[in-house]
Amino acid sequence: MRRIDSLQGALDLLVLKILSRKPGLHGYAIMSAIKERSGDVLRADEGSLYPALHRMEEAGWLRAEWITKDQRQRLRVYRLTPEGGKHLSTEQSRWQSVTSAVNRVLRTV
Amino acid sequence: MSFWSRAINLFRGERVSREIEEELATHVAEGIAEGRDPAEVRKALGPALQTREESRDVRIIPWLDSLRFDFVFGCRQLVKRKVTSAAAILSLALAIGSCAAAFRLIDAMLLRPLPVKDPEQLYDLTRHLIGFDGKPTSYDEWAYPAFRRMRDAVKDQAELIAISSNLTVELTYRSEQEMEKANLAYVSGGMFDSFGLRPVIGRLLSASDDLTPGAYPYAVLSHDYWARRFGKDANVVGRTLRMDHAVYQIVGVVQAPFTGTSPGTVTDIFLPAMMSGKTERDDATWIRTIARVKPGTAIAPLQAKLNAISHAFEEERAKHFAGMNKVQTARFLAEIVALEPAAAGVSNLQGDYRRSLIALGVLVALVLLIACANVANLMIAQASARAREMALRVSIGAGRARLVQLVLVESACLALLASALGGLFAWWGAPFVVRMISTSGKPIQLLLPADWRVFGFGLLLTGAVILLFGLAPALRASGIKPASALKGGDDVHARRRLMHGLIAAQVAFCFLILFVAGLFVATFDRLSNRPMGFSADHILVLDVIPSRPQPVVVWDEVADRLRGAPGVENVAIASWAVFTANSMNNFISLHGEPPGPVLTYFLNVSPGWRETMRLKLVAGRDFRPDEATPGAALVNETFAREYFNGENPVGKSFLRGRTTVPYRIVGLVADAPYRSIREPILPVAYVPFRQVDSAGAPGSYGRASFIVRTGGANPLALAQTMRLEVTRARSDFRVSSIDTQEELNRGQTLRERLLATLAVFFGCVALLLAVIGLYGVLDYSVLQRRREIGIRLAIGAPASRIARTVTIEVFSMVVIGAVAGLGLGFGSIRYVETLLYQVRATDASMLALPSLILFAAAFLAAVPAAIRAVRIDPVAMLRAE
Repeated sequence: MRRIDSLQGALDLLVLKILSRKPGLHGYAIMSAIKERSGDVLRADEGSLYPALHRMEEAGWLRAEWITKDQRQRLRVYRLTPEGGKHLSTEQSRWQSVTSAVNRVLRTV
Repeated sequence: MSFWSRAINLFRGERVSREIEEELATHVAEGIAEGRDPAEVRKALGPALQTREESRDVRIIPWLDSLRFDFVFGCRQLVKRKVTSAAAILSLALAIGSCAAAFRLIDAMLLRPLPVKDPEQLYDLTRHLIGFDGKPTSYDEWAYPAFRRMRDAVKDQAELIAISSNLTVELTYRSEQEMEKANLAYVSGGMFDSFGLRPVIGRLLSASDDLTPGAYPYAVLSHDYWARRFGKDANVVGRTLRMDHAVYQIVGVVQAPFTGTSPGTVTDIFLPAMMSGKTERDDATWIRTIARVKPGTAIAPLQAKLNAISHAFEEERAKHFAGMNKVQTARFLAEIVALEPAAAGVSNLQGDYRRSLIALGVLVALVLLIACANVANLMIAQASARAREMALRVSIGAGRARLVQLVLVESACLALLASALGGLFAWWGAPFVVRMISTSGKPIQLLLPADWRVFGFGLLLTGAVILLFGLAPALRASGIKPASALKGGDDVHARRRLMHGLIAAQVAFCFLILFVAGLFVATFDRLSNRPMGFSADHILVLDVIPSRPQPVVVWDEVADRLRGAPGVENVAIASWAVFTANSMNNFISLHGEPPGPVLTYFLNVSPGWRETMRLKLVAGRDFRPDEATPGAALVNETFAREYFNGENPVGKSFLRGRTTVPYRIVGLVADAPYRSIREPILPVAYVPFRQVDSAGAPGSYGRASFIVRTGGANPLALAQTMRLEVTRARSDFRVSSIDTQEELNRGQTLRERLLATLAVFFGCVALLLAVIGLYGVLDYSVLQRRREIGIRLAIGAPASRIARTVTIEVFSMVVIGAVAGLGLGFGSIRYVETLLYQVRATDASMLALPSLILFAAAFLAAVPAAIRAVRIDPVAMLRAE
């Protein structure tokens, strides 16, 4: 199966979902999680992941903080804000209705 | 993104990029730890990381490089739009130059510390009291004995220095025939030491020159005078000068740039106060007392101490007062001594012009704000034309800070050019204003150095101007959203709102300037058209000094000689001319009662003076040649109203002060101003020039003025003849100055003329700028809305409606601005009130005029834009889309 590089607007949704399950992940971990959870099908491109993270932080859906790992390496980790949680649930239901609608079309035509 | 986070990001930029960098670095580290190929991880991150790593060490150089690029680009942009750039630069230059010139004047007159040791420790001893007219007043002149007493009493807390104001005197270094004028100040000898001044050559005066009256015939020259008069000749020490029949020896020259303590006049020669002949008189108040307060001394107790001493002194003196009633004596004794900071020196000129200069300073600052608003509007309009350029820059990776820098550098190019031009304007403007308020009789010598203070102010001003008109467009440009801008649908409304706000502010300031200008013009008009009671044209005033006081017969002899000269119609003698700041007053008493509370002013005039001055005789007659002072008087109508309830006073008598010989009133003359054109008419008694003392011996005069009525159109044409005739008549008589009475009259309204002229000038500039701004914004909005207008026209909207749609928004801004300006105007009234004369700021005409001018100008500015809107061809417009 071909790997899908471009997530076409679903990237935000994936990032929010992953962070809602596992808060406090850093960028690389989020990228790995997307790869792993999608069974190696979806891949978040580094060039779009970081801008997306910063954009969502600015929008108030994510909160970033620096933590120190092993007392030497500083890591920037992300958590969902309550607002981000709300956004996730509306986006999730929207996504579901869109995909089910698309599926309906694919089935009937 | 909000304006605020945009502005914050601008300044946090460095930290933000550092954090991003660190985050990306951990990303790479994680990838490598997972076993990925380092090169592959880096490559996956894209070019961002690479460029960051490369530029980390050399960040400053690309920045300078980008600055240079922006500068070149900015200049190119300015050159590309020649007309708008020139208009922007010229209007800014005029405004910046005016501000700088105003600062030079205000600084030189009011702010610049004296060039002496620790000027901030200096205070001027001022007395506050309720004056003869019942109004609060203050003065800072003291009798020498009072000074001496205070000096000795507070010598542990402060050094007290006595300095007379500058006197213009006639002196000579050679013979009597070669008299010249110089400015002289009597000072206490301790002044030089206290000010920390050193001699350039010779010695200065010291505290040992303060002991015995008349014992120190020594003079110290200022460096400026030494250079100007003697070409820095070192042999000047030891030379003598003659003045008032006394001989003084020059002992030294004081270091530059000290020229006395009165900004507006320079002192040429310093003489010891002990040589003034007034040091033992407790009734002559003639010196300023400057205190150098020792560090750590509290002002309030010192003030209280000085107050007590001064009070005791005056109380003792008041015991011998003649002619003052109880109320006045009580008021006089209730005066309070205050220490007022005098780091910048003290002079009468400061008092005369402080408010005027500050008012002018505010006016030019408003003009500057208007100019800045104009240029800001211009830049915003241009930014919209350049929105695509900016969007392109953003989409190919230009940072926010970089765009702000680009636009700010362009603004800076504009502002720097304008500042350079403005500097030239200020160079010329400040001395121009000084010349405007100078007269030949009362020259103003204001030192206007162009030093770091002026330069620093110019730099600050330029920086402020750049931020004022450059920051808003810069932030706007940097906040651009590439997607929407490239599509051509930027947030047009926000931009228009900002432009409209600026227009309202411009109109408000413009209204305020026009309003104040109207007040000043009306004041000048009313003062210069004030009925004089006498006719000043064709009158020449000759101030004459004989080598020693001469009896009246000799003066009459000279007057006869002048009468014989061709072109002369009439000649009279007076102790001085009107409007020369000289005056003499006293209390008078009627019917043997004690003296009344109102001061009467006296002027000695020869028979025929009234006719020469064309002063109307209301009743009675002029003096006869045999009448003398005391004995006869002509009084004015105010005098008659004050003392005789307006009845004809001819034939009545009064006593002057405590004298016993009555003055019989022989005539009643029309009211005429005496000392100053601004004050109400005073009760005046004109008394005969001929004087006799109590023993019947004729009195003599050491100086007086010939009032010459000439036949020709220009009285000054006779000046040289008159000068010669005087010396021909009496070789010991010398003309010290010649003026026309018209010039003396004009000297009375200098301040008002200055204010009116400059306010009208700045009013015109402000109006012009506001009109240009209005025109620009209207034009821009028509351009923006041409599609909409095309459609409206196509579906049949009438032209009048289109014109209204286009202009209504801006006109509502003009109305809002005018109302705000009105509010500002009313708020400012109490600050300019003292500069006005018989003008009520709330007069309908004072308000109507600026409103009318403003709306007419706004209408004029709107016409071209409206025509342009109506002329839009709907077909062409719609096809273009």
